[in-house]
Amino acid sequence: MSLIRRKNVPESSEAEIVDAEDDKKSKVPERKNRQWSCLDTCCWMVGCICVVWWLLLFSYNAMPASFPQFVTEAITGPLPDPPGVKVLKEGLKVKHPVVFVPGIVTAGLELWEGKDCTDGLFRKRLWGGTFGEVYKRPLCWMEHMILDNETGLDPPGVRVRPVTGLVAADYFAPGYFVWAVLIGNLARLGYEEKNMYMASYDWRLSFQNTEVRDQTLSRIKSNIELMVATSGGKKAVIIPHSMGVLYFLHFMKWVEAPAPMGGGGGPNWCAKHLKAVMNIGGPFLGVPKSVPGLFSAEVRDIAIIRAVAPGILDKDLFRFHMMLQHVMKVTRTWDSTMSMIPKGGDTIWGGLDWSPEEGYSPGKRDQNNNGTETPDNSEDENLISDAKHAHYGRIISFGKEAAIAAAAELKRIDFRDAVKGRNVANSSCRDVWTEYHDMGFGGINAVAEYKVYTADEILELLQFVAPKMMARGSAHFSYGIAENLDDPKYDHYKYWSNPLETKLPNAPDMEIFTLYGVGIPTERAYVYGLTNSAECAIPFQIDTSAHCADSCLAGGVYTVDGDETVPTLSAGYMCAKGWRGKTRFNPSGIKTYVREYDHAPPATLLEGRGTQSGAHVDIMGNFALIEDVLRVAAGATGEELGGDQIYSDILKWADRIKLDL
Amino acid sequence: MEHVKVSSLLRFKSNEASEKKKVVKATDSDRKDDHDGVLSSDGKVTEKVEKGRQNKRERSRACKCINSCCWLIGCMCTTSWLLLVFLAYIIHASMPAVQLPEFPGARMKREGVVANHPVVLVPGIITGGLELWEGKPCAAPLFRKRLWGGWGSGCTNIFRSPLCWTEHLSLDYETGLDPPGIRVRPVPGLIAADYFAPGYFVWAVLIENLAQIGYEDRNMYMAAYDWRLSFQNTEVRDRSLSRLKAQIEIMYATNGDKKVVVLPHSMGAVYFLHFLKWVEAPAPMGGGGGPGWCAKHIKAVVNIGPTYLGVPKAFSTLLSAEGKDISIIRAMASGLLESELFGLQTVEHVMRVSRTWDSIISLLPKGGEAVWGNLDWSPEEGYECGLEKKRHFQADSRENNSKSSEENSSLQVNHPKKYGRVISFGQEASQDFMHTSISTNLNASHGKFRTEFDEMSHESFDKIVEKKVYTTTDLVDLLRYVAPKMMRRAEAHYSHGIAENLEDPKYNHHKYWSNPLETKLPDAPDMEIYCLYGVGLPTERSYVYKMSPSSDKRKGIPFRIDNSVDGSDDCLKAGIYFVDGDETVPVLSSGFMCAKGWKGKTRFNPSGSATYIREYRHKPPASLFEGRGLESSGHVDIMGNLAMIEDVLRVAAGATGPEMGGDQIHSDLLKMCDRVNVPL
Repeated sequence: MSLIRRKNVPESSEAEIVDAEDDKKSKVPERKNRQWSCLDTCCWMVGCICVVWWLLLFSYNAMPASFPQFVTEAITGPLPDPPGVKVLKEGLKVKHPVVFVPGIVTAGLELWEGKDCTDGLFRKRLWGGTFGEVYKRPLCWMEHMILDNETGLDPPGVRVRPVTGLVAADYFAPGYFVWAVLIGNLARLGYEEKNMYMASYDWRLSFQNTEVRDQTLSRIKSNIELMVATSGGKKAVIIPHSMGVLYFLHFMKWVEAPAPMGGGGGPNWCAKHLKAVMNIGGPFLGVPKSVPGLFSAEVRDIAIIRAVAPGILDKDLFRFHMMLQHVMKVTRTWDSTMSMIPKGGDTIWGGLDWSPEEGYSPGKRDQNNNGTETPDNSEDENLISDAKHAHYGRIISFGKEAAIAAAAELKRIDFRDAVKGRNVANSSCRDVWTEYHDMGFGGINAVAEYKVYTADEILELLQFVAPKMMARGSAHFSYGIAENLDDPKYDHYKYWSNPLETKLPNAPDMEIFTLYGVGIPTERAYVYGLTNSAECAIPFQIDTSAHCADSCLAGGVYTVDGDETVPTLSAGYMCAKGWRGKTRFNPSGIKTYVREYDHAPPATLLEGRGTQSGAHVDIMGNFALIEDVLRVAAGATGEELGGDQIYSDILKWADRIKLDL
Repeated sequence: MEHVKVSSLLRFKSNEASEKKKVVKATDSDRKDDHDGVLSSDGKVTEKVEKGRQNKRERSRACKCINSCCWLIGCMCTTSWLLLVFLAYIIHASMPAVQLPEFPGARMKREGVVANHPVVLVPGIITGGLELWEGKPCAAPLFRKRLWGGWGSGCTNIFRSPLCWTEHLSLDYETGLDPPGIRVRPVPGLIAADYFAPGYFVWAVLIENLAQIGYEDRNMYMAAYDWRLSFQNTEVRDRSLSRLKAQIEIMYATNGDKKVVVLPHSMGAVYFLHFLKWVEAPAPMGGGGGPGWCAKHIKAVVNIGPTYLGVPKAFSTLLSAEGKDISIIRAMASGLLESELFGLQTVEHVMRVSRTWDSIISLLPKGGEAVWGNLDWSPEEGYECGLEKKRHFQADSRENNSKSSEENSSLQVNHPKKYGRVISFGQEASQDFMHTSISTNLNASHGKFRTEFDEMSHESFDKIVEKKVYTTTDLVDLLRYVAPKMMRRAEAHYSHGIAENLEDPKYNHHKYWSNPLETKLPDAPDMEIYCLYGVGLPTERSYVYKMSPSSDKRKGIPFRIDNSVDGSDDCLKAGIYFVDGDETVPVLSSGFMCAKGWKGKTRFNPSGSATYIREYRHKPPASLFEGRGLESSGHVDIMGNLAMIEDVLRVAAGATGPEMGGDQIHSDLLKMCDRVNVPL
């Protein structure tokens, strides 16, 4: 090494000497530097991180705003024009005022009055936004989200109110859009606050209670009237999403009903003020998902978590003592969840040994799309292998055997007369009160012994296991089919949100669209098991071990075609058949259109949630759907849009339903 | 080359010791470089190696530098964090000692006061948020983000492209509406003006107090409007007045036919006056509510810091885009604003933007010389500027009291302030009687069409300066002269005179609706009108101007406030004469209508709606923890004044004026009002 060093000596010796002296001088502080203590290193590290962070931040801020888009385009090729731009190029512009009706869960709720533990949360969001408070003080949060068990209204001393304005539901959480994409595209046509209105309401309450407590229905009425008046008499286009569809159905009856119970708008209010109702992903006939939600506070996602990590949910995770029980306790006070219990009973949803969707196999529609039309085949299959088909009509079955057994083989013991016993261990569970603790083991076993529940029996089951909740709910909702719609009892508001027990308003020029996604497996029926764990736990849970070869049954859940939440049958039936032409549910012959959007998963990660998604919420960013909405808002009729657009078997299924029209 | 090598070898021996150190210090990669260099026995390599060695040294030096930099920054960061944590702990520990008084809302709830009448909040100028709905490409990512107000995350975008920002906030110079391709709209809902910037409340405290006695979204409504537009244009473009009418009607209907209490703030008071006329006027120009609408729907109008008769500040804003604050900045750092800071001529841009805002014209003083005084008379003359201080002094000793009041009176006699001269060029002009005769007829001198200062000639500037003294009436003429287009646009929407005969059918036009001296109040004898405002703060009333240095004349604003002028007492400071008020609005403007113009049955108030005055004396915050003060009476800070909040809550809960205690007057308002010569 010394040799090497010697060879490196530079020419100018003087300079070298000076350098050397310099070095000698600098040696002393250097040595000090060398012996950096741990503290110094720490400081150095922090400094480094800070500097790097600042540099990154600076470069991010200095970056032109179009940079991410530029990168995306470089990778995937040019993006399609957003529908707003495309439609604007065709010369369409703002015409009819637009009203959004958000669905359950997606709209924000904020605190107006609370207990002491909510210090500093005044007018902050409890629901929606970042949900920061859920992690910080979960029990306090629960206490404010829950409603009164008896009245279904606020508990004393707590006022949680819906957020108003477009901000109520444009984003559910930061970056997770709901209405924002649609709003952005409408704005390109020239829409702004004065002709766009978000009819936000407290989605926890029953529909009539939103009027009783907040006068929400009156406000919607007044705002629609105002917008129609200020935009030169142009009628409004209503865009409800998810549960908002039922809410607006309720509104249409309410607004024409006479004053004390209704809005007193008179019999022609809808004809005068509404151009079209564009229902997006509407659960007209209910959602099977709501049944396990009420029954055991679980849906597929939670059932899967349980299957993957069985311990997690029962542990004291996040100081969440028995999380599911708490969730159940809270959600059971929300009347609105009961608006989505399947309606129409066995007639719509199928009995023990038939269902409208039978014969559906998940892979089949894909083949159809590939060009091999096989309607004959599937009918043959129906005939030949009837027994093999999934019994979708059995919404809840206890054990896989009960789910696949033929109807004749089922041995059922009636649960209705079973005596509810007092559970000895009851006292320890007081803080998480669910009505299961009043049932006792006898009751629980009786429920399981009945084996199989169809849509009609589900109602009786819920009445058995949660009598208080159902008593409260049945004052606000009804799930049957009307024999005679002229019966004066149907003037009561509890029937207004059930399309099978109301007549549409007299508005022959109005149009009703139903827009929904298809091509995603959607929960339809469940296989249940009994739990044998602690006394305080919910006694039933989805049997995630139940699987079936043809992939209809996976993790204890039967799936059919739909948008991941609402089965096609529920979203499409009314527009495809129940209201088509002049029926008894649609005496004035309002035109109806079915627009289905086939699901295509996002091509790349950069697309985010996809521009062709058909999922229940993601469809709000579906370009094809947005374009349809824009065209109608700019004045197009259903015919100009292209009439029906159907990918699923909805027409076939609708024909199987024996319902007087 | 060989020779070089050997000689260097020899010389190197002596330096070996020091060299060793360096090698040790060198990084592995450097060493490897050296090694490679030696292996190839070429002369070039030696040079290369030498270079490498120098590089190495430089690099090591650079390394050292970066290292120590990092170390320093890290040190600073950590110590500041530690300090912060420490401070936070200390403050937290000492917090219980500083007990903030309870909000009136919580106290009144215990007393059984509950929400009764629905409440409408009408924000003033500047404080309402504006958001972008359509813009130029430079503002593409700001869709539905706030351009004004909030100042949260969108703030960085303003500094990134300030010109883009000003472009979007300007309105069209001809129409006073949006420029083509840009749509900026008011933020709706309570969030429009609850906080102006994070932590800087406007309505938030009042909203929280109202909520404590039971108010929520269904009986509280923020009538947000685009405060840049003229009042009638908010209806033309956004339908704001129609929405306000519909909201009041729906709140009236859904709350059991309880009348509404309206709380306008600042310019909102004038806006709501416009609304009161609009709503009863017949349909094409008005809202078609018919006579009796106000009587049916409105219980009380509780104006907070109303600008009924205008604000002298508006003149200086329009003339030279400066108020007290800006002229002080200029005085302290004279180069700062003139220099091309951030590539901007800041003040010039402010002026260009603000001149497109019609609403500022609504703030020009109304009533002319009859209200605001003329060359040698003003209603406020004799006002003691140091009075507030002296009052505190009085409390201490009586002897001084009599003495100082004597002094005061002597001062008063010697130098009565000429507040009527709203703008004077030079201090002498502001005090001397002699110049009254000099008045050039400005309008006749140049027939040429002029829009901006840029288009005006030197002579016309000189002519403006020659006139020396301007009263309010003259100033409106001056503005018409220096900015004819702006004034023509704005005067289609506003009028600043006094009506001779209110029955004249011309007063049915909307441009008179926002001037309380040219409209009759609606026929609503049960409606109450409150004027709530702060007093005890020096408020701009008139200005001493000068020509700006000639170098600036070409590119911008030819006049500016002469901040070298200081008076013998507190009244004249940095070129500005002060009177009593709430720091923005003089007492005369906010109080005159309630104290005299509308009191009893006058021609402006034919149905005799009751009026009440509630003044709040200013007290600076006692400690840092109070923030902007619980007894402050500053124009915006008064929204957090607990006494005022209590009054508002009582009215909202149903109290009438007499129950509140009637008038509460601290200032010399009544004396001033008597001096104002307006036939009633």
